Formats: sequence, structure tokens, C-alpha cells
Amino acid sequence: MRAEGPLVCARGLVKRFGALTAVDGIDFDVQRGEAFGFLGPNGAGKSSTMRMIGCVSPVSGGTLRILGLDPARDGPRIRARLGVVPQQDTLDTELTVRENIVIYGRYFGLSRRELRGRADRLLEFVQLSERANDRVEPLSGGMKRRLTIARALVNDPELLLLDEPTTGLDPQARHALWDRLFRLKQQGVTLVLTTHYMDEAEQLCDRLVIMDRGRIAEEGSPAELIRRLSTREVVELRFAGPSPRVDLALFDGRVARVEALPDRVLLYADDGDALVPLVHERLRPQSVLVRRSTLEDVFLRLTGRTLVD
Amino acid sequence: MPYALRAYEYWLVAYRRVWRGSVVTTALNPVLYLSALGLGLGKLVDRGGGVGVPYLDYVAPGILASTVMLVAAFESSYPVMGAIRWTRQFHAMLATPLRVRDAVLGHQLYALSRVAMAAGLYLAVLAAFGAIRSWLAVLALPASALLGLAFSAPVAAMAAWLERDEGFNVLFRFGVTPMFLFSGTFFPVSRLPQGIREIAWATPTWHGVDLIRRLTLGGAPLWPSLGHVAYLAAWAAAGLALAQRTFTRRLVT
Repeated sequence: MRAEGPLVCARGLVKRFGALTAVDGIDFDVQRGEAFGFLGPNGAGKSSTMRMIGCVSPVSGGTLRILGLDPARDGPRIRARLGVVPQQDTLDTELTVRENIVIYGRYFGLSRRELRGRADRLLEFVQLSERANDRVEPLSGGMKRRLTIARALVNDPELLLLDEPTTGLDPQARHALWDRLFRLKQQGVTLVLTTHYMDEAEQLCDRLVIMDRGRIAEEGSPAELIRRLSTREVVELRFAGPSPRVDLALFDGRVARVEALPDRVLLYADDGDALVPLVHERLRPQSVLVRRSTLEDVFLRLTGRTLVD
Repeated sequence: MPYALRAYEYWLVAYRRVWRGSVVTTALNPVLYLSALGLGLGKLVDRGGGVGVPYLDYVAPGILASTVMLVAAFESSYPVMGAIRWTRQFHAMLATPLRVRDAVLGHQLYALSRVAMAAGLYLAVLAAFGAIRSWLAVLALPASALLGLAFSAPVAAMAAWLERDEGFNVLFRFGVTPMFLFSGTFFPVSRLPQGIREIAWATPTWHGVDLIRRLTLGGAPLWPSLGHVAYLAAWAAAGLALAQRTFTRRLVT
């Protein structure tokens, strides 16, 4: 029987690099079986948090428990039960796809016999069976990421950590990867991931925290955050010249909030389509787009900035 | 299985890719050196007064010791920096149950394996050239391992500390090459001018050369060898402690 607390529990967690405070006192819990995300721009402290959970980066302050254990004391025991997909690949590209999985499995003390079967199954899972005996070097970025995921699963981890799993991949490769991660989720693997893509967070995360400048700004499910912190729809306006000042009063209370960005103006409203005639009449924009609110809008509301610059 | 052996296995798998070329080079080098220096140059040396024993027998252990130094220094230079920066394999290890000391020791075991392989091949070639005069020469293998560690550990520490691989040029040009030439490899250190001589005596290479020479030539008293062993062990121990520190600073942030 396993003790059923949260798999990860952080209270007042701090990470400092010299004078820089990368993570500034955050609290969160990750429950077994959920997909938990850290969403935020580059430099928000997501990766530092991940590296502390992965027991490769010592905690500077606060408490952190992973699988009920203390990373400062039980690093190797915890890591034996984690799968890690780091932000930067750590594959030996001169070795073959299979060798990379086998040697990584050996780090966990698995026998070569056992690893033969596991490598086959994992390569099939990430659709790399045909490349098993090829060197890693010529593989595409998406294939390398999939190999890294397969490798991270070699010890049958209870918790899979993914640091920016799809950054730098083309849309097709990202979708292929999401598909694999979604399957893992269905199999009950607990996922913790960081991302600065709001669509990734919406697709994969049951629950997430929005991080900014080392702190947690909000926490909730993607749908809940959008409901709570944004309107149902957004009207995006682009203008031929410089954007005019847009006053809320123009819309008789039908617009909840206005955000003026350098290249466009966003009107937050529950019924976007109903606003369109009024917008054309009063503002004369070059283009109008009505869309659903996303986590990007939540982030903008919380920080006044966009996620991806 | 001890964690360090798991790290060691990675290096063996990686070496499997290049072993053929590596073995050929390692075996060919002593043949070339002994032919040119022992047989060629040696004739002139022996005719001109010599060094007390046939020059071939004198220079052979020197070449063995300096090869050990070269192999050990090389295996701890670019490969260590590569496993930090290029293949990032040390980072991969630390995401698993392995710890920094396992990464350090696993690599040192590999460097020692390479040293032992090179030394073994050399000794075989020396025997074929008839340059071994004592059964004590079998002890040249562990002596080579110790000399190797006295180089591989500090150089690994340096490799983890360096920001760029240009630093290795400095190491090889101003450290390894002078030690190769002036540490009693080709001629007795006592022939060096005063001041330089003391520097040569301080190098681990000289201690290794003298130790291995006593073993392959035989006949000389062995007690000074204990001093050599202690001195080389001190370099190895300091190097390992330093490597543990520089690896930690580089990999655990």
C-alpha cells in the first residue's frame, strides 16, 4: 500500500541563483493521476521548479516533498521513480535509438534482458520502431523528443516530468507528441509539464498554475480559469494606421474590458458577434475577428503581458 | 550493481563505436616509437657513451609512461566536456538514481580501462622488442593505472571547470607536451639545468617514468618506488576530490 498524499507537495518553495530569485515562494500540490501544468513566459521560474522536482537542483528555501520523500535526503530513491523529459535533449546522438534507451535503463539498474522487451514496446509506443537501429543524429526534432519520452518511461515512472516538451517543434510534430502524452494520461500516468504555449496547457492539463516572475498568479483548470478571469468571447480588432483609443463607454456596458496591444485591440465580451456591427460603425477597423477566450487572455489579464513575445 | 558501474557502462557502449581504430592506433604507436628511438636513435646513443643500459631498454618504459599520461589526459578532456555540453550524458545520468560521484567515478573507471588497455598493449610490444629485463615488469600495469589516475582525475576536474574547449590547447601545449619531453622520458632528468630539473622532479610524469623504469629494468632498489607511489596517489586523490567539486558546480545548479 502506498501512502496516498499528493505526489508532489511544495510550500513556500524558493530557488535562488546568487542575487536572482527564480522561484519566489510558491505553494502547489500534484495529485496522483492528474496532468498538472506550469504555464508562464520564459523566465517565469517554471524550469527551475521542474529541476527541483526532478531532484537535480537543490531547494533554496521552503519545503518540497516528492512521493512523500525529501529530495535533499532521498534524491536517488525519488529519481528511481521519476521519468524526466528535460528541456534540452540529453541523447547521445552518436548512439542508436535503441542504445539510448537501453543505456538509460541500465542507469536504473534494469537488466539487459528486461530492457530488450521494454525498448521494443516503448519504441512502438512512440512510433520509432523502424528507426530502432539508426543513429539518433539524423532524426528530426520531433523524433528526438519522442525518443526522449520513450526513454523517460523506461523505468515505468509514477510521475513524468516534461519541461517544455514541444518547444521548437513544428505543428505536426507537436500534435503527434500531444497524442502520445494524452495516451499516457489515459493510462493513469501522472504528468507534470511546463509550457509557454496556452494551447498545449489547454489540451493536456487537468489543472495548472500560471506563473509570472517566480510567483504563482492563479490556479485552476483551464476552463475554470477562463470562466473566472475572462469573458466568453473576445473581439480582436486590427487597424490600418495606429490603433485609436477605445473607450468602454462606446459599447453601453456590453464590453467588460479593453486591452490595447501594440498590433491590435482586444474587446472582452460575452457575445462577440453582437458587437461586430457596432464596432464597424464606431471604430472602422481594418479587420475584426471574434474568438473564444483562451488562457492567453487570462494571462494578459493577470500580468498585462502576452505569453509569447 | 554499484551506481558507478552503471555510469561506466555508458562509456563502454560509446567506446564500442570507435574501438577498432583506437586499438590499431594504440598498438601501432609503440612499434613506431621503439623502432625510431630505440633501434634508430639508440644506436647513436649507445655508441656515444650511453645511459648505462641499452638505450632501447631505457627509453621503452619512458614511452610507456608518457603514453599512459597522454591517454589518461585525453580521455578526461574532450569526452568529459562533451558529456557535460554536447551529448549532455552526465545530465541524463543525474536525472536517474545516479549521483555526481557515480558520474565522476564511472568515467574514471573508463579512463583507467583505456589506460590499462594501452599499457597492456605496450608491454606486449616491449616484450616483443626484448626491452623488458625483469619479471617485475608485470607490476608496470598497476603502476600505469596509478599514473593514469594521477592525470585523468585532475584533467577531468579541469574539463568540468573550463568554459570553453580552448583551455585544452593550453593544457596539452604547455603541460602535457613539455612533460612528455622533459620528464626523464628520453634522457635522465639530471642532465637538465638546475631550476628546470626541480620542476621536472615535481611532475607526476617523472615519478611515473622512474617508477615504471625501475620495474621493467629491474636491478635498482625498489624503496624509492614507494615515494613515487605515494606522490602519484596524492595527485590522484586530490584530482578526484577536485573533480567531485567541479562536476557538482557544473551539473547541480
